Amino acid sequence: MFHIYCPYCEELREEEEFHPKGQAHIARPVDPEACSDEEWGDYLFFRDNPRGIHHELWVHAVGCRKFFNITRNTVSYEILETYRMGEQPRFTAGHPEGKPAEQVAAEAEAVSRQEGVKA
Amino acid sequence: MSQSLKQPNRLREGGRIDRSHTLHFTFNGKRYLGHAGDTLASALLANGVDIVNRSFKYSRPRGIVAAGPEEPNALVQLGSTEAAQVPNVRATQQALFDGLTAQSTNGWPNVQRDVMSLVGKLGGRFMPPGFYYKTFMAPASLWMTYEKYIRKGAGLGRSPMVPDPDVYDHLNQHCDVLVVGAGPAGLAAALTAARSGARVILCDEQEEMGGSLLDSRELLDNQPADQWVAQVLEELARLDNVTLLARTTANGYHDHHFVTLHERRTEHLGETAPVVDDYRPSRSRMHHVRAGQVLLATGAHERPLVYANNDVPGNLLAGAVSTYIRRYGVVPGNRLVLSTSNDHAYRAALDWFDAGREVVAIADARRAPDGDLVAQARERGIRIIEGAAVLEAKGSTRVSGVRVATIDAAAFKVTGQAETLACDTIASSGGYSPVIHLASHTGARPSWNDEILGFVPGLVKGVHAAGSARGIHDLAAGLADGVAMAARALETLGMTSRAIELPQIDTRREGAACGLYQVPHEKPTLRAPKQFVDPQNDVTAAGVELATREGFESIEHIKRYTAMGFGTDQGKLGNINGMAIAARCLNKSIPEVGTTVFRPNYTPVTFGAIVGRHCRERFDPERYTALHQWHVENGAEFEDVGQWKRPWYFPTIVNGKKETMHEAVARECRAVREKVGILDASTLGKIDIQGPDAREFLGRIYTNKWEKLAVGRARYGLMCKDDGMVTDDGVTTCLADNHFLMTTTTGGAAAILEWLELWHQTEWPELNVTFTSVTDHWATMTITGPEARKLLAEISDIDLDRERFKFMDWRAGKVAGVPARVFRISFTGELTYEINVQANYAMHVWKTLFTHGETYGLTPYGTETMHVLRAEKGFIIVGQDTDGSVTPEDLGMQWCVGYDKPYSWVGKRALSRSDTRRDGRKQLVGLRPKDPAVVLEEGAQIVLDPDHPVPVPMVGHVTSSYYSPTLDSGFALAVVKGGHQRMGETVYLPMADGKTHAAEIVSPIFVDPKGERQHV
Repeated sequence: MFHIYCPYCEELREEEEFHPKGQAHIARPVDPEACSDEEWGDYLFFRDNPRGIHHELWVHAVGCRKFFNITRNTVSYEILETYRMGEQPRFTAGHPEGKPAEQVAAEAEAVSRQEGVKA
Repeated sequence: MSQSLKQPNRLREGGRIDRSHTLHFTFNGKRYLGHAGDTLASALLANGVDIVNRSFKYSRPRGIVAAGPEEPNALVQLGSTEAAQVPNVRATQQALFDGLTAQSTNGWPNVQRDVMSLVGKLGGRFMPPGFYYKTFMAPASLWMTYEKYIRKGAGLGRSPMVPDPDVYDHLNQHCDVLVVGAGPAGLAAALTAARSGARVILCDEQEEMGGSLLDSRELLDNQPADQWVAQVLEELARLDNVTLLARTTANGYHDHHFVTLHERRTEHLGETAPVVDDYRPSRSRMHHVRAGQVLLATGAHERPLVYANNDVPGNLLAGAVSTYIRRYGVVPGNRLVLSTSNDHAYRAALDWFDAGREVVAIADARRAPDGDLVAQARERGIRIIEGAAVLEAKGSTRVSGVRVATIDAAAFKVTGQAETLACDTIASSGGYSPVIHLASHTGARPSWNDEILGFVPGLVKGVHAAGSARGIHDLAAGLADGVAMAARALETLGMTSRAIELPQIDTRREGAACGLYQVPHEKPTLRAPKQFVDPQNDVTAAGVELATREGFESIEHIKRYTAMGFGTDQGKLGNINGMAIAARCLNKSIPEVGTTVFRPNYTPVTFGAIVGRHCRERFDPERYTALHQWHVENGAEFEDVGQWKRPWYFPTIVNGKKETMHEAVARECRAVREKVGILDASTLGKIDIQGPDAREFLGRIYTNKWEKLAVGRARYGLMCKDDGMVTDDGVTTCLADNHFLMTTTTGGAAAILEWLELWHQTEWPELNVTFTSVTDHWATMTITGPEARKLLAEISDIDLDRERFKFMDWRAGKVAGVPARVFRISFTGELTYEINVQANYAMHVWKTLFTHGETYGLTPYGTETMHVLRAEKGFIIVGQDTDGSVTPEDLGMQWCVGYDKPYSWVGKRALSRSDTRRDGRKQLVGLRPKDPAVVLEEGAQIVLDPDHPVPVPMVGHVTSSYYSPTLDSGFALAVVKGGHQRMGETVYLPMADGKTHAAEIVSPIFVDPKGERQHV
């Protein structure tokens, strides 16, 4: 059973308070009608299944009801970080040891300027 | 009988048993005596009981091998009454108590004379590994039949057939350092952590803490080892930051340092928890421990040697022999032969000799053993046969002798002439395997250590192993390692560790061990007498060799083919030996063959302990509406809907007889269609939605339009997932321009709230809107039927004029003197008012309605009538008439789809995918059975041609089916391929009993197709 740090409650809580909601950072296409059937099918049904670092969407279902993301190692089940909606992960497949702080800040800045897409 | 009451193998003194306290027990129907401090196994050995079981597959007689959890044979069924039955108890782990009653798990008619043993004698050639798979493979349909008899023959114990009188607890625990195992390393670690101020839990599976120190020959500070144990435990018990859990097995290591500890509180006292002052304490506790750091001081298991007939009773582990002598005062025989690959096992011969019995010989596989223990054996004049091993045991129900010869272990050859020695006990030791099970539960792979000839645990972050558990078998070094590893754990936690003074131990010279697993025999393995690797699963060296010959090269495949390490054994005794044999056959090293993954549980855990208090009425929370008490008092039968208890129907007494459900539902239906009925609809999910963008949000999440819904109006809405499939429905009301009340299905309330939050938080955070569950805040009473308006008018100040309070309007006002929201919406097709009041007022309003309702024939109805009435109107229930593969169009609900809404609402794009556009999708229709007396079965498959040869193409199935008192006929809703184009066609429903029903496809609206009655 996981021990999950809710980035909104700022506490470690038991897994039974949370629901997993699948792969994180799947943004809904801005104009669904412009998608081909295949593109729409990809958005709906196709997900990654990596060995190693994986970004997942979770919700603190019986806590604050907030959605947030978890970076988890699918081999060791270690949770490397949890972060709020709209934030970017520090640990990625390309940076398994964590990105440098400046890069994280720059990415956060870039994301906050996009409108609408916060996933 | 008289002879069995003596304890021929009990020593006059020594051990940790209390000879002044005698206990009676029964094994396989015979009465025996033992003492306080005994385990069932030590008491059986004291009484000279050789055969404790029959083996699983070959039905060979088996005796006690070990003294701990690795025991493969002495599995017993415990319990003198049906309720107290416990299967698969290891006699080595069961403390003796007065009146204990146990039976062998296997063996029919009894373990002494077993009819199945014929198989064992003839066996071997007839039952190679994979025997069951190969022999009973075809035809596949008969496997279930074969399996029943195979299982009966094998015998795996049985569960009780009456309720368990005991209760079991769960406890959540937190600590800085969890120490598993209270042997030398564990005690040293726990003391270090405790003195450093950390919150410590120390658990140990045995009756007493101390581990190997309880039967050690070593002196600590010139005192017997158990005195040091007592001192440490006394100090730990005094400290507030320490929890000591004896009789507690760490049975599973789960994610993020979540460890389950199974504490057996009363199993040493009786077969059920003893009642004290009318109170029955919990039998066991499952501690759910979330630890900061975990320190595994789980020790090591001794490996037996694999030689011919090594399963005949009288073959024991060397360490077990020492334990029985030194801890329990029991010598399990008279004449011992020891076969060993290491110095440590010499203790067995020394202890045996010192107990005054004969040590026939020690066969030491090493050429020139020269450690201190070897010297001590020589001093006692014990014969040591160097470079030799026991090749074969003689005897059938008890060892009668051995054949010993010099061997070349590396070449796997017998080099000398075998010598036969008479003896009744063989102790063997092939070295020590660290207990890596818990570390393995985390998924970390162990690694082979050539120095200790064993696997050491792989460790994930935050887990430490200490002492024997990581291959440090020397006592002084193990104690020091416990301190060092505790210091490391504390450092990780940011705590400063305080050193402890370790006891003085005389250093002892120990000769190097040699690697010996399977002992060679003059004959090839496949022809030699059986050499058991895993006695519990009856896996032999020949079986492992055969598996490699048949092409199984991965140890995981060999394991599955031979069943080695299966079941409750989990590879404690035989896995390393099995791997060594596979490695020899495949010409690989042991680490190249790999290791298997051990899984929880370490030893079996009763279901009661796992379930705890989460059973019976506490299995799942029950939710009651504010009106529940009235329903109970008025005789309602209840139905579970999610966690809710909803009235199902209200049977009344007619002519002294209670109505059947059919009668009650028919009466309730007629009341609604002809007069007025009342339903407690409080369980419907209610979500309060507020914010300037609430309307925009509804437009995006629902399939239909919301932009023009005026204050005071309500609208039915349909919700899809983005794959276009219907996921929920309900009525949403406009309370104010930025304030809406959404209703959801009873079962969907929590999931829909989460669904709304998902879209708002992850896709549309720019929308200013909030969601609050108000399901429990409002009670909903539905009054429905032609008389509903007259009834409500008597107790409400709301203007109920049909022109001013129309269908799909809502009004605020007072009902029975309390503030209410009244919605004119209908799930029955009749004139309906849904009265919502604060839940606290509900009972008052409900009772007031009944006070006034008598005149109008007000009748309470339940969910069954609600279903009949809604189905007569063709109103769907999401989840019953839909199953996640049904679009709004499949339901014929295009009227509820806003194709031209500006925003591409959730589900819209999917409705134009090729799959949702194709012909032949299953569509919702009504079914009218040709025989009105027939009520079709829900789930029944629909075919077009009942005479079609098998397999018959199936075109759909029944989703809802009832008897309608209004129609005086059965009727059903169904989904049928291309159903909307098949109106008037006849379809067929073949049933399991051979009958085939015919039905006509009709509109799903059976009553009042124009919808006039709800508008009156």
